[in-house]
Amino acid sequence: MNLTSSSNTASSSTSTNMSADKSTAKDKSASNNPAADVQTFHGSSLELRNLTMAYGDVDVLRNVSLTVAPGTTTCIIGPSGSGKSTLLRGVNRLHEPKSGDVLLAGESALKVKPDILRARIGMVFQHFNLFPDHTALENVALALWSVKGMSKKEARERAQRRLAEVGLAERADHRPRDLSGGQQQRVAIARALAMEPEVMLFDEATSALDPELVKGVLNLMAGLGRRGMTMLVVTHEMGFARKVADQVVFMDEGEVVEVGTPAELFDNPRSERLQRFLSEVL
Amino acid sequence: MDWLNTISRTFFDVDSMIEVLPQLLGVGLLNTLIISIAATILGVVMGMVVAVMGISRSKWLRIPARIYTDLFRGLPAILTILLIGQGFARFSQSVFGPSPYPLGIIALSLIASAYIGEIFRAGIQSVDKGQGEACRALGMSYSKSMALVVVPQGVRRVLPALVNQFIAIVKDSSLVYFLGLLVSERELFRVGQDAAVLSGNLSPLVMAGIFYLVITVPLTHLVNYFDNKFRTGRRRPAAPTSGLKEVKELDAASPLITGSNT
Repeated sequence: MNLTSSSNTASSSTSTNMSADKSTAKDKSASNNPAADVQTFHGSSLELRNLTMAYGDVDVLRNVSLTVAPGTTTCIIGPSGSGKSTLLRGVNRLHEPKSGDVLLAGESALKVKPDILRARIGMVFQHFNLFPDHTALENVALALWSVKGMSKKEARERAQRRLAEVGLAERADHRPRDLSGGQQQRVAIARALAMEPEVMLFDEATSALDPELVKGVLNLMAGLGRRGMTMLVVTHEMGFARKVADQVVFMDEGEVVEVGTPAELFDNPRSERLQRFLSEVL
Repeated sequence: MDWLNTISRTFFDVDSMIEVLPQLLGVGLLNTLIISIAATILGVVMGMVVAVMGISRSKWLRIPARIYTDLFRGLPAILTILLIGQGFARFSQSVFGPSPYPLGIIALSLIASAYIGEIFRAGIQSVDKGQGEACRALGMSYSKSMALVVVPQGVRRVLPALVNQFIAIVKDSSLVYFLGLLVSERELFRVGQDAAVLSGNLSPLVMAGIFYLVITVPLTHLVNYFDNKFRTGRRRPAAPTSGLKEVKELDAASPLITGSNT
C-alpha cells in the first residue's frame, strides 16, 4: 500500500487506506499490466433534475439535482434516513420517482422500459442479495443468459473471468453461504460488472462487512473508478469518499445540503449542518 | 376374557384379513396411489397458478385467486367431491366415458390446489425482498425474476408442507368412493369396506387402515428429514480461520483492481 503518494492520507482519520492519487494509479495500470484482458469501462454521464421521490404521501427526496460526469465517482454521505439510498433506487427506478427527471447519457431514464434501463445500471447492495441456491459462478452468469441472451456456455465463461478479476476464480463453485461477507460482496460486484453497465450504484456496500474486509472491497471499488466507471456511491466510509471521490454530496432530510470536491467538503464545509456532521463522524 | 375375544374377532380376524389382501394390493393400493398422485400433480400445477395470481400486483388476478382459495378450502371435501362428481357427470361422460374416476381426481385436485396455493404463496412471500430487487436491478423482468430466483427458493422452503398436503390427499382419496366406482376402480377404503360387508367383521377395514399407514407414516418421517436437512444442513463445517487469509487472497488476486497493493 503506497500511503505517502496520497495527498490526503495525512488528514484521513479512518483506517481505510485507499490507493494512491488517481493519476499515478492510472499510469501504473498502463505500465505494468499483467493481465491483457483487464477491462476498461466507458461510464456514461448521469444527471438528476429536480428529482422528488415519495413513499406514500411522504416525500423522502425533495428536488434533488446532481450532475455526474462520465467516468467519475460521486460519493453520497449523510445521516441515515436522509434519502441517500432512495436516491440510488430512483436512478435505476427500483422505486419510481414522483417528479423530476433522471438523465442517463443525456437521455431521460424515465422514458425507457425499466428492465432495459436497469440492464445498463449496475447496483450493489448492503446485504449483497446474492442468490443463495446458486453458486458464485451461477450468480454472475444468471443475468447474462437470461437478460443478455448469451448462450449458457458464453455466460459461464464471462462469469468466470469477472470472478477472477475480483479474486474469486477458485471459489466459483461455492455457494454464498460458504463465502465470507467480503467474498460475497465481491461476487455481487462481479455480478453487476458482468452486465457491462454504464453506471454503478453502491448502496452502503461495505456496511455489513467484517472490519478487516472493508478495505479490500473499497479498493476494488476504487479500481473500478480508475478504470473509467461512472459510480454513485452511498457510503459511511469518509476515508474512501475523501480519497476516491471526484465529487462528494452531503444529504440531510431528503435534500442535498452541499456538493463539491472532497477537499471542499471535508476541509472547508460551508453549511453548519455538514460541519456538525463531520465533527461527529471524523 | 370374552370381550378380548370379541375384539380380536371384530378387528383382527386373520382369515378375512388374508382373504382381502390380494384385492387391497392389486386394486385398492394401486387406485389410491393413482388418485392421490394424479390429484397432487394437478393440485401442484393449479396451486402454483393460484399462488402467483395471489401475489400479483393486479387485483383482477388477486381477487379471483382469493375467492377460489376461500371456496375450496372452506367447503367440506365430501361436499366438493359430490358437487363436482355429480354436477359434471354428464360433461364428464362425453369426455372421459362413464366412469366417475376422473371427476373424483379433479375434485380432489381442486381442493388440494386451494391448500397448495396457500402453501406456495406463503413460501414465495417469505423469500427476502432483496432477492427480487437484485434480479430487477440486473434488468430481469418481474416474471423472469420470479421464475428463476424467487419461486424456486420459496418452493424449496415449503417442501415439508407439500408432503403434509400429499398425506392429506391420500386420506381424502377415500371419499371418492361416494361417486360410485367400478369394481376395478375401487381404492383402499372401498375394497376394505366391501370385504367387511361380506366377512361380517371389520378386519378388512383394519387391513385397509394398515395400508394407509404404510403410505403415510414413512412420508411423515420424510417430512421431518426434509425439515432437518433444510434447517441445519446449511453450512459446510469449517475450522476457525484468520481474517488475514482473505485479506491476502484479495491482495494477491489482481494488483490492478486492488490498487497499488504490491
